[in-house]
Amino acid sequence: MSGRGGLWRDALSRLAGNRVALVSLAILALMVVAAVVGPFLLDYREDQIDWAHMAAPPLSAQGHWLGTDRLGRDLLVRTLYGLRVSMGIALLATLVSLAIGVSWGAVAGYLRGRTDALMMRVVDVLYALPQVFFVIILTVVFGRSPATLLVAIGAFGWLTMARIVRGQALALREREFVEAAIVGGAGTARIVTRHIIPNLLGPVIVFATLTVPQVILVESFLSFLGIGIQEPLASLGNLIADGAVEMETLCLLLASCCWCSASTSWATACATPSIRGITDGAARDQQADGGFRRTTRHSRG
Amino acid sequence: MHNKSGFAEAASFFVPAQPVIVTMLAYVARRLLGAIPTLAVIVTLSFVMTRLAPGGPFDEEQALPPEIRANLEAAYGLDQPMAVQFGRYVAGLLRGDFGPSYKFRDFTVTELIASGLPVSLTIGAAAMLLAITLGIPAGIWAALRQDRLADRLVMSLAVAGISVPVFVIAPFLALVFGIWVHWLPVAGWTPGRPGDLVLPVVTLALPVIAYLARLTRGSLLEVLRAPWIRAARARGLPPHRILLVHALPGALLPVVSYLGPAVAAVLTGSLVVETIFGLPGMGRHLVQGALNRDYTLVMGMVIVYATLMITMNLMADLVYAWLDPRIRRERRL
Repeated sequence: MSGRGGLWRDALSRLAGNRVALVSLAILALMVVAAVVGPFLLDYREDQIDWAHMAAPPLSAQGHWLGTDRLGRDLLVRTLYGLRVSMGIALLATLVSLAIGVSWGAVAGYLRGRTDALMMRVVDVLYALPQVFFVIILTVVFGRSPATLLVAIGAFGWLTMARIVRGQALALREREFVEAAIVGGAGTARIVTRHIIPNLLGPVIVFATLTVPQVILVESFLSFLGIGIQEPLASLGNLIADGAVEMETLCLLLASCCWCSASTSWATACATPSIRGITDGAARDQQADGGFRRTTRHSRG
Repeated sequence: MHNKSGFAEAASFFVPAQPVIVTMLAYVARRLLGAIPTLAVIVTLSFVMTRLAPGGPFDEEQALPPEIRANLEAAYGLDQPMAVQFGRYVAGLLRGDFGPSYKFRDFTVTELIASGLPVSLTIGAAAMLLAITLGIPAGIWAALRQDRLADRLVMSLAVAGISVPVFVIAPFLALVFGIWVHWLPVAGWTPGRPGDLVLPVVTLALPVIAYLARLTRGSLLEVLRAPWIRAARARGLPPHRILLVHALPGALLPVVSYLGPAVAAVLTGSLVVETIFGLPGMGRHLVQGALNRDYTLVMGMVIVYATLMITMNLMADLVYAWLDPRIRRERRL
């Protein structure tokens, strides 16, 4: 872990040299700022109906820069809110899956043996399920609300995370500082939370940023079908559905463009500098894993 | 490489020879047995999840009188203990009976599946067929013209196809071809009118075409650099023979292993496509069932979808084993 600062500087310099990644990062930053700050600067709320201007074309009415939908709601404001909701849900759902995946994987990797086998078997079985359909069942069972959506997406999103974390934990538990902690009298819970988890956060965060675009996809998919975010709340998914069903070209165009640029810029911005991070983590993991096998063999023989 | 295969051949000389078809059937049987636990988990999990729900299928805006409610629950067997309900459900499943739909009172789930499955299968199979017949040749073409205009064109289209999701493609295609130029119907389903099929199938196929093209190009380029291809060229074999006999079977392996996930993508995509183009398939039943909280319908649909995915994965694996001589030998297939 001594090279962490160096790794960061390394990653930043690689990022500065990569124009595509820089541009996508700039677009992403712009969208985040627009989504967070934008609605405050505009005169309308997302669910506010302007009875005087319904289905108004862009720039035709005062304050409606991009016009209104068929219910007289300001399109620009709705799109910005949709962006905010979609990104917010994606971030929170990633956090949920992060929490489950990290604790599951860290415990399995640290305890090893039968517990580990059992816990990873659960992961394997869940992997084999058609996940989108189970997310649909969950949202149906617990009612359609943003909170259910979060939990449902998070509940199936943690599997890969758990695998990565377990690999890291298997490697970390053989390190000297864990041994020192055991000698110092620390219990399992304390070692996992204080020593194992903090040390594997690097690759975990990298992987988490990569899952965000996928979560945006799932959320928009469900909202598009009417199972995710409900009206009058806006999300990019139900805005696209709105535009598609009513054939409101502008709404469709706007939300789709937003969706594509948000997800693509997020994916490219995160992918470039972080691929190295993941491979680094994986390589270190293998190395340490091999080392672990050697040490056990020595101690037995 | 040569040594290894020679060794395998020598080894297979000592193993009692079995007809290929028998070992193939044994492999299929083993894989089918392996799929049973997965299906059991799927059935159990979906059953338990729907029973965890606060509120039942008969909660409506106006509360039903308690007697009527009790009668309804008795009629559907909901007054029985959970274990009995589960046993009945599984017993029904084994007979191909998915239970009654709670919301479409006159239909059983089996009837709804029977009406929706042909539609979904038609568009799904057509989309996969279209994707394979367009995607793989496009990838081969791009690989043979590496770094030239054709390659750049195919690959940039492929990136676009991969990054734009189905729920964005579908409305745009409907908008352009249905409303602006009036070539195709925007939505609807009349048996025997192939025009209705075009937009849904193309929408479903586009992302898969893009992915297949990229995969094929990448793996073919890799194989074309391999020493045995150089050897074949040195022996003066005609280029089409090198491509078709020596390079393609190996290059198609990653493509075949993608076919399982591709089927999953097409099946989930068909939820969107059926909703947007108004097709009476399983996807629409699933979405409607989800919106109506029609548990038996949703469960039935999920089970059918899962079974489809498992079957398709199995078939992809079989094709893979058939293409790869190493697997054929080592697993005694």
